[in-house]
Amino acid sequence: MSLFSLGLVRAIVGQILGMLTGMATTMLIRVMLGLPAWAAEPSWTVGAIFSIIGALWAVGALSDWAKWMKGEETPMHHGPPEGKPAWTRYFGVDYNHKVIGVQYTVWGIFLLLVGGTMALIFRTELAESGRQFLSLELYNNFIGMHGFIMIFAILLGIGGMANYLVPLMLGAEDMAFPRLNALGFWFNVPGSLLLLSSLFIGGWDAGWTAYPPLSARGPIGYQLFFLGVFAVGLSSIVGSLNLLVTILQMRPKGMSLFKMPIFCWAVFATSLIQLTATQLIGLSFLMVSTQRALGMGFFDPGLPGATLMTGLGDPILFQHLFWFYSHPAVYIFILPGLGIISELLPVFSRKPLFGYKWIALSSLAIAIVGFLVWGHHMFVSGYAPVLRYAFMYSSLLVAVPTGVKFFSWLGTLWGGKLTFETPMLFVLGAISVFLIGGLSGPILGTVPSDLPLHDTYFVVGHFHATMFGGFVFPFFAALYFWFPKVTGRMYNETLGKIHFAIMTPAFWVQTLGQMGVGVMGMRRRIADYDPTLGGGSIEAWQLSITIAGFLIGFGVLLMLWNFFQSAEVGVLAGDNPWRSRSPEWQIPSPIPEHSFASPMVVHGEPYDYGLPEPYVAFAAAGDD
Amino acid sequence: MSVATLGHQADHGHADGHDDSQAAYLERTRRNRLGMWLFFASEAFIFIGLLAARFYLWVDEGGQMMRPELDQVVGLIVTVVLLLSSYFMNRAEVSIANNNRRDFLWSLVITAILGTIFLVGVIIFEWGMLPFIFEGHLKPSDGVFGAVVFGMTGMHALHVLSGIVLIGNVWWLGRKGHFSAERHWGVEATAIYWHYVDLVWIFFYPALYLIGHAYGVGH
Repeated sequence: MSLFSLGLVRAIVGQILGMLTGMATTMLIRVMLGLPAWAAEPSWTVGAIFSIIGALWAVGALSDWAKWMKGEETPMHHGPPEGKPAWTRYFGVDYNHKVIGVQYTVWGIFLLLVGGTMALIFRTELAESGRQFLSLELYNNFIGMHGFIMIFAILLGIGGMANYLVPLMLGAEDMAFPRLNALGFWFNVPGSLLLLSSLFIGGWDAGWTAYPPLSARGPIGYQLFFLGVFAVGLSSIVGSLNLLVTILQMRPKGMSLFKMPIFCWAVFATSLIQLTATQLIGLSFLMVSTQRALGMGFFDPGLPGATLMTGLGDPILFQHLFWFYSHPAVYIFILPGLGIISELLPVFSRKPLFGYKWIALSSLAIAIVGFLVWGHHMFVSGYAPVLRYAFMYSSLLVAVPTGVKFFSWLGTLWGGKLTFETPMLFVLGAISVFLIGGLSGPILGTVPSDLPLHDTYFVVGHFHATMFGGFVFPFFAALYFWFPKVTGRMYNETLGKIHFAIMTPAFWVQTLGQMGVGVMGMRRRIADYDPTLGGGSIEAWQLSITIAGFLIGFGVLLMLWNFFQSAEVGVLAGDNPWRSRSPEWQIPSPIPEHSFASPMVVHGEPYDYGLPEPYVAFAAAGDD
Repeated sequence: MSVATLGHQADHGHADGHDDSQAAYLERTRRNRLGMWLFFASEAFIFIGLLAARFYLWVDEGGQMMRPELDQVVGLIVTVVLLLSSYFMNRAEVSIANNNRRDFLWSLVITAILGTIFLVGVIIFEWGMLPFIFEGHLKPSDGVFGAVVFGMTGMHALHVLSGIVLIGNVWWLGRKGHFSAERHWGVEATAIYWHYVDLVWIFFYPALYLIGHAYGVGH
């Protein structure tokens, strides 16, 4: 078997060739215009655009569309690629949503490790005051990179969960558009490789928010970063479109929207945001990109005395456009995770989900209110003071639907027959961590308390608590929970519990420590700090945050080792080890190529644990 | 890893994608149609973002809404041409639904020609892309006027260009005998895409050419 039969290898080679083609094209055009052939900025930019297309073309994600344009039929291929080992399908274009879900998840975990490593590097630098080993450029690059690699990792993680689970929960054969689904995943590969490679041509040093004017003047790495985000954004858009159509049109007979498993509601709300808001981060980065490449001064005020013909661009406009995506984006990151919490609690409490409709609608409410709160990131940016009140009140409004979720979780736990397997532990850990994140939110959403805390480590602590509580802990819970469904084998319960016991207290220390040093006056995004802050105690705090970070990293490695081991030698899990009522547990593990041997019929409610009537059943063979 | 064993399961021979019945086709078309409209909803946010940038930035020191002095004749002509093209796109779709292949193909040709006239009007005459008419035209680097004009018309022109490519593709496939009165989702998708791009211009035209005081004229 040649190396090139692996799609991933072809994608990377195609990306490099695309980059070179783009650069050659740019040079050709420049020569024809009578300009010097080489100019770094346009060459890398056009090269990056071509490299995305090159990667998609080489891996074969575009070939079916090319055939349609030629009027050829493209029958759907099922099963692993012919003449190749079965595992190779995970490295190439495959239209089965279960394969794509695993691809998303694995690529997401890979990025999680890369982003986490960067965090540990600059956390080591911060463990002591003074400067240790990182150059300031590298420090600045790493904090921005850590941010955006983790955003990619989270988007891939939720893409993995949604693509794997939603069609199974709806009893659907596959997603509505399997080809678009594969394309959606493969956008991420050139996108994240562009982001990572930007480090090698100067990087980008303005932090993950990339505010102009800094981002409009920094090194060329910005262009690769912008285009990497563009590619991953396209993945978000086509992925969410696909999920929305799947949820709206592929439910079986009898499954009304309010009878879906609750995770589908979370994905539905998430997809609404992803489909629309993502365009705005693409637009804002595109505008900075054209300002750099073509001198289009959207955000360039120009020289004093400039007119509309010579300047008057406004950096604040960037912040509006950027946060119009990037605030709702945090709801993209947390809503699926909160859905996982609501999905798993009834299983391990053996009780119906408390207030199903309220949970479903609260996801939708968070999504809608989320569009109205972006300005709370800009309290000190210098916009009209009256906007501060508007954005403060709308931001505090988010606490209401979030509170609905918390009370519903408590109501579900109340009087339940609780068991504490690893997924349940991570769900409870998620609730505790998200509570820390949630309670620190209104402090930042309120103008008077935000003004002194803005741009301090308090914000960092708050943000990490919401991301860990809203994504990381629920994601790990989901990995443990569905691992037996994906592989057919059980993970090692002891190792899972050790992972939880290490990671949860470590994270509490990390997030509360970050908030603590923030209150002491530690600014975010700086490589050095005053050791006398907090009465001289800040170094001890910083050291404990760093140690906690390493413990979390160790926990994650332990989990991955557990999974690798258990996939080979774990005990056979059986079809439904958790005695769940959800459709995906009523079919064999691992799931066959065609998930459902016969059509699904909906009988009862999804979370009526204790009632004899099942949620779904399958028509006897031959009935259809 | 045993994840990989997924593929070893026997093929149950399900009727998915392979199903060639008209009912299955209509079911797929229903999904496609919803997907297309969601795509439009998504795209709307790019265009709304550009419009927001335009209304945010084109304000002078006194808070007066401004606009650059663009060529009103070119603006009017391209707008009329684009609106007219939507009529022929619709005619193409109606023709194939009535199995009138001759009108179907001719309407596509006319739509593509009108679309090309629009592109030429914007790129050659409004942008001044030919060297001998370049002098005096707005440049991308001319302050917020240049940035927003080229941002908005450029993003829209990209959509018009892709629409023309799609129409050309549909025409080429139509000549080879593809599409029928019962099955022409490809034509329908191209048509609604074209109307959508047209609709965007209905918002862009006044924003670029009509609203606000012309800069340097009677100021």
